[in-house]
Amino acid sequence: MSVRDRLKRWLVSERTEQVVDKIPKPVGSFGYDPWGYNRDVVKIAVSVMRPIYEKYFRVEAHGLENIPAQGRVLLISNHSGQLPIDGSLVSYALATNPIHPRAVRVMVERWVPTIPFVGNIFNEMGAVLGDPENCSKMLRNEEAIVVFPEGVRGSGKTWDKRYKLQRFGLGFMHLAITENAPIVPVAVVGCEETMPTPFHLKGLSRLLGMPYLPVTTPVPLPAKVRVYFGKPMEFSGPITSEDQVAAKVETVKQEINRLIETGLQQRNGWFE
Amino acid sequence: MIHRHKPEILVTGAGGSLAQYVINLLKRDYHIVLVDFRRRVQLEEGMSSYRVEYNKRGFEDIFRKHKIEAVVHLGRMGLYESTHRNRYNHNVLGTQRLLDLCHKYQVQKVVVLSTYYVYGASPYNPALLTEEAPLKASELTMDLVDSVELENLANIYLWKYPELNITILRPCNIVGPGVLNSISLLLSSKVAPVLMGFSPMMQFIHVEDTAQAVVLAFEQNKPGVYNVATDDWVSYQEAVSLCGCKRMPIPSIPEGLPKLISKRLNWKGWPAYLLNYYKYPVIVDGSLFNKTFGFKPRRSLDDVFSYYREKKEMGIL
Repeated sequence: MSVRDRLKRWLVSERTEQVVDKIPKPVGSFGYDPWGYNRDVVKIAVSVMRPIYEKYFRVEAHGLENIPAQGRVLLISNHSGQLPIDGSLVSYALATNPIHPRAVRVMVERWVPTIPFVGNIFNEMGAVLGDPENCSKMLRNEEAIVVFPEGVRGSGKTWDKRYKLQRFGLGFMHLAITENAPIVPVAVVGCEETMPTPFHLKGLSRLLGMPYLPVTTPVPLPAKVRVYFGKPMEFSGPITSEDQVAAKVETVKQEINRLIETGLQQRNGWFE
Repeated sequence: MIHRHKPEILVTGAGGSLAQYVINLLKRDYHIVLVDFRRRVQLEEGMSSYRVEYNKRGFEDIFRKHKIEAVVHLGRMGLYESTHRNRYNHNVLGTQRLLDLCHKYQVQKVVVLSTYYVYGASPYNPALLTEEAPLKASELTMDLVDSVELENLANIYLWKYPELNITILRPCNIVGPGVLNSISLLLSSKVAPVLMGFSPMMQFIHVEDTAQAVVLAFEQNKPGVYNVATDDWVSYQEAVSLCGCKRMPIPSIPEGLPKLISKRLNWKGWPAYLLNYYKYPVIVDGSLFNKTFGFKPRRSLDDVFSYYREKKEMGIL
C-alpha cells in the first residue's frame, strides 16, 4: 500500500470523501488532471487543513455565494503572511463551499517546482506554475484560479507595510480580458498577523537563492482569519494600451482595499 | 481474378515494433518496401526488404528500383543505441538524404515520426504543450540535439517542398509489446529508479494506438506538425508501481548526484541525459491531432500497465 493510500485511510473521513467528491472536477482514470491535481491528495489535504482552518485560524468566509457555480473565474487576492497560508485557506474555503464547491488552482512561484517533495505535493493539491500560458489553458478548461498579483512583494511584506497593497502585476487583467473570465476580488484579513516580520535577512536569502528570508515567529500565530469574496467583476477588451490595463487593475485593487477595510473594521483585535 | 496495382510505400525502421503494427495496417492496400539499418526484415512473402543505411549511396537504388509513392519514416537510432554523434549522422543526416531522395523521385506523401522529447523537460514548462511551443530539448542536453535537428529538418522540407506533403508526429511515451525505447525498458524492469521528491506527470500511448495514428496521418494526408497523446495522465512513480516495478529511490540533491549514479550504473532505461524527464513534466496537448484526424486511442492506461505487470508476473519480462 502506498504512502498516499495509508494517509487517506488514516486521515480522510467519510464526510471529507463526500465533500471532495461533490467538486465538479474532471480527472483521468487515475484521478489526475494534466497539471497534476489528484483527487485523493486533495482529500488528504482537506482533512489536514480542517483543524487548521476551523480550530487554529478560526476562519470566517464571507460572500461564498459570489463564487460562480461553474465555469472559468479568476480570484484576485491580497497576499500576506510570509508562508502561502492565505492560498491554502482560500482553497479550503472554496473546496468546502456548502453552496457550490470548486477545486481551486493556486499559482505558485517559478522556483517551487524545483524544490523536492514540495513542488510535487503542491501540484497534487492543485497548485500550478504561475505561467500565463498555464493560466490561459486552465481558464479554457473552465477552472477557478487564485492569483496573488502582488507576488512575493505581498507575501514577504514587513510589519510596517501590513494591509498596504503592494504593486499589482497586470498579467491577470490581460488574462481576464483575452479569456473572457470574470474576476472575483478576495481580501484575506488576519494573515498579516500570523507571522509578524520586522525585517528580512537579505544577504542570506540571496546566498540561499530564496526570494526572502523573514525574521519572524518560528510557527504561525493563531490569529483569526477572515476571507471576503466580493461580487464578480467583468472586464472586456480590446486592449489598446498598458495604461488602460493598469487603470482596470486599479479598480480591482480598490475593491480589494474596500474589502480589507471592511474586514479590519469588523474585527476586534488579532485573535478575536 | 483482377489484380489491382498496389501503390508502393517505403517504411523505414521496419524492424521496430511500431513499424510492424503500421505495416500490418497498411499491407492490404499497399505494396510495402521495408528498410532497416539494423537488419534485413522479412515479415511476409512478397514484401521487398532491404538492410541499408539512409546516408549511404546504395539507399538511392531502392528509389530507382521501386516507384515509391509515399514514405513512412519511423527509423531512428534509439537514444541509448549509440553515441550522440552516430545518432546525429543517422537520424539527422540520414533523414536529410531520405527527404532529398523523396524530392528527387517525386514522392507525394511523407510521415515523419518525431518525439515529445523535443520540447525538453523543464520546471518552467506549462502543461498541455501545443505544437507551437519552443523546442528546448537541445538547450538541456547535447544528447537530444539529433531529435530536435531531425524535427527542424523535416519542418524546413515541409515548407520548402510542399509537394512532399510532410506530416510530423510527436507522440508521447510509446509503450507496449515489443517496444524497446528507454521508457519501455524501464517499465519492463523489476526495479525502477525514482528521484526522491519528484514524480512528474506523464502520458503513455499504446504502440497499437500509435500505429493507428501513423496510419491516419498517412491516409488522410493533412501536412503539418501534430502531437499525439492520450487524454489521460499519471505520475511517474505511480506508473512504475502500476507496472509492477519496485521503486528505487535515488537522492535528487545535489543535482549532479543522480547523473553520476545513472552513469555509473549505466541504466539504458534511465540514462543521465533523460533524468530531467523523470523530474519535470512534459505534458503535450494532442487535441489538434484528435480533431484533425478523428483519432481516439483505444487502449487505456490500465491496459498499458497491465501488460507490463502481467508479463512480469508470468516471468516473461
